[in-house]
Amino acid sequence: MTIRSVETKYLERREEILRALVNLDRRAFLRVSGAAAAIAATRGIGHAHSFQPVRVDAPGAVEPFRFAYISDSHLYERKLNDRFIRSLLRAVDDVNALDPQPDFVLYGGDLAQLGQPAELDLGAQILKELKAPVKMMVGEHDWYLDLGEKWRSLFGKDVYSFDHKGIHFVVLNSVVEDDFWTVRGLTPMERMKTVAGLDNRSQSNFQVGPPQREWLTKDLEPVSDDTPVIVFSHSPLYHLYQGWNFWTIDAPEVQRILARFRHVTVIHGHTHQLLTNRIKNIHFHGMLSTAWPWPYAPQGLPELTVQMNRPNPFNSQDGCGDGQVLVNAEGLVDKVYNLWNRNVVTVAHEYLESNGVQKRPAAANVATY
Amino acid sequence: MKPRRVRILCAGLVLAGPSVARAFAQDAVTTSVHGAASMKDQLAALARLGLPQDGLQAPPGIDPIAWTASIVPDEEPTPARVALGRKLYFEPRLSTDGTVACATCHDVTRGFTDNRMVAEGVGGQLGRRNAPTTLNAALFTDQFWDGRARTVEHQAGMPILNSIEMGDQTEADVVGRIGALPEYQQAFQAAFGRAPSYEDLRVAIGSFERTLIFLDAPFDRWQAGDASAISEAAQRGHVLFDGKARCTNCHPLNPASPLGTDNAYHNIGVAAHDKDFEGLARQALAALEKDASEKALDELALGTDLSELGRFMITRNRADIGAFKTEQLRNLGITAPYMHDGSLQTLWDVIDHYNKGGEDNAFLDGGIEALALTDAEVDDLVAFLFTLTDVRFADANQRAFDAQKAQAAKSRPFKDDALSQRRVLGFERRVLGE
Repeated sequence: MTIRSVETKYLERREEILRALVNLDRRAFLRVSGAAAAIAATRGIGHAHSFQPVRVDAPGAVEPFRFAYISDSHLYERKLNDRFIRSLLRAVDDVNALDPQPDFVLYGGDLAQLGQPAELDLGAQILKELKAPVKMMVGEHDWYLDLGEKWRSLFGKDVYSFDHKGIHFVVLNSVVEDDFWTVRGLTPMERMKTVAGLDNRSQSNFQVGPPQREWLTKDLEPVSDDTPVIVFSHSPLYHLYQGWNFWTIDAPEVQRILARFRHVTVIHGHTHQLLTNRIKNIHFHGMLSTAWPWPYAPQGLPELTVQMNRPNPFNSQDGCGDGQVLVNAEGLVDKVYNLWNRNVVTVAHEYLESNGVQKRPAAANVATY
Repeated sequence: MKPRRVRILCAGLVLAGPSVARAFAQDAVTTSVHGAASMKDQLAALARLGLPQDGLQAPPGIDPIAWTASIVPDEEPTPARVALGRKLYFEPRLSTDGTVACATCHDVTRGFTDNRMVAEGVGGQLGRRNAPTTLNAALFTDQFWDGRARTVEHQAGMPILNSIEMGDQTEADVVGRIGALPEYQQAFQAAFGRAPSYEDLRVAIGSFERTLIFLDAPFDRWQAGDASAISEAAQRGHVLFDGKARCTNCHPLNPASPLGTDNAYHNIGVAAHDKDFEGLARQALAALEKDASEKALDELALGTDLSELGRFMITRNRADIGAFKTEQLRNLGITAPYMHDGSLQTLWDVIDHYNKGGEDNAFLDGGIEALALTDAEVDDLVAFLFTLTDVRFADANQRAFDAQKAQAAKSRPFKDDALSQRRVLGFERRVLGE
């Protein structure tokens, strides 16, 4: 789905000018830079340095930008649960209030709770309120009633890639499971409920799967090693805790495909908590849920994760929220967790680059608990 | 202004409405400027309360170790400091025009507040916020509705310099004026062993406030084993308080948390329907970019529309937009009207507000939701809340209960059965415009 706001159209026009700039020689650049700088100035703070002539000497460099995220809303029909609807509306309000607007909004999967058409329709209706364009990702709760039929009819492809301001983005469907339902003769709803059970081990494992890994390899072929890559996956692309499916079984194979790139960031949903990890060249960041926070898994928690303490059980929004991803000129990201009942936490790229030595983020703890 | 001899209900309650005023009608007291009882009558009422001479010993109901630990070194509430603080608390000469004392808005005869919607300061100026009671204020983690001061000592110095409240320009002005009076030179000397200063003035007023601990309520006696201390209705209300009505989440009320507050900040949707929070927040960020000093925050909180942003002004965290401190529940029978803006006149209004899930807005606290309380349950909760007033204010508490009950019988402006029974949801009305 592509809803382009006025801001977005304006940004695109500005990008066009920037693209033209990097193809100019220095003398020609000086002629047009005045016009470009004027546009930058009208847009406001923070991006003026993008107009330094150095861009001419380094074509393909990243122009810093930000995108927002909303994830894991788990909508039910209103008569069954209205809290989660209210929470998603809150996230949409948050993102729409960002000034300037983010370049786009990533929706991180699990829009619906049980893949019901009414749940997905409700979610699509609410997400239409977003001013910035939306990049959709699928989660297992969206998928296993009809194996994505309704979801795809609303939002299009579940696996795709795009380029934005010097970054190559890849959106995966990491919740593919081997067929465990046919042999047992499960109905679609039984299949859906089996997958929706966090610790229901009668299902298979989440995986990206061989066909998608092949697609990924091909998709990345023309992308140079120096190009920063950002991957969106619903489940974490590493082995965290199998007992709760905080897990993508073929994650090591996917990591190998990504190994040649200088900077790779994986942004994932599913875990509903502050979660930070680094494996070699890959930085991993979890997303907050708008619906509920999960406790931390009993084992496998990455050392870099600064945990939040126990959420207040009386406050259905504590430990929940939305957030932003700030992409810098090197293509590294600062991950912002906008917690609704706690302090905002930013996990800076320096923290991961230094393996936890620099810029340790403050804990998002509620003092009274 | 010459004091007039009138019954208290006639004066100074334009904004609060007659019912609230009647609640505190008692033996005739002299009403003075800004609607407060005269300082003479207030001092007489204070004498009847039997306050301790100092704040060094933990009051009943407070852990002695915690009490001692809460006293800042060099700011001990000694008898001489408490005496000086008492004198200053009732001193209108602290204000620029000599009409406003602490006791003007924190009136001994009115539950140590003013029973008005918002406080009135020099020149009859109205602020934006309801004056909270000074009773037990020393036990809060933070002071003011937005927590912009930590201790009562620090808090005490701020209204004096606020242009709407007591109107003084500088600390030096205040010290110059008060310090010129021989009675104060002596009192400061006795309390601190030195000439008057603004810091010592703050500590003295704070020391006096540390003697205003009122935690002996019928509820406490019931909890201690006196089965007849509170009515059956109130006992049913207590069960609701801890359960269906979800009060205890933000108002934990037990021996470890005697005030009934979590000392945190929540947007509970008070009168939020007519606020453009997004627009106000943008204005606030621009204003705070220029000046985020304590003085600036104090003026913005009392004198501008930004007041409604509450805690956000202090933290600039979007999650704190429209969030205000959880007020204590102690003595709330005699401290109407309620909420940061004094917009709710009776405790029936308060429960009606919570029962419908507050006034929906984008920043509404996640713990707030429609409660589906029945009319009888609302009555039981109110009965319970009236058991939290200290026995020394029993008469005023009974008068307030009768007056609020009569008022509630006439008008329940915040009652909304469609919302409270979840036939309509707050956000649906907001988003769909229904």
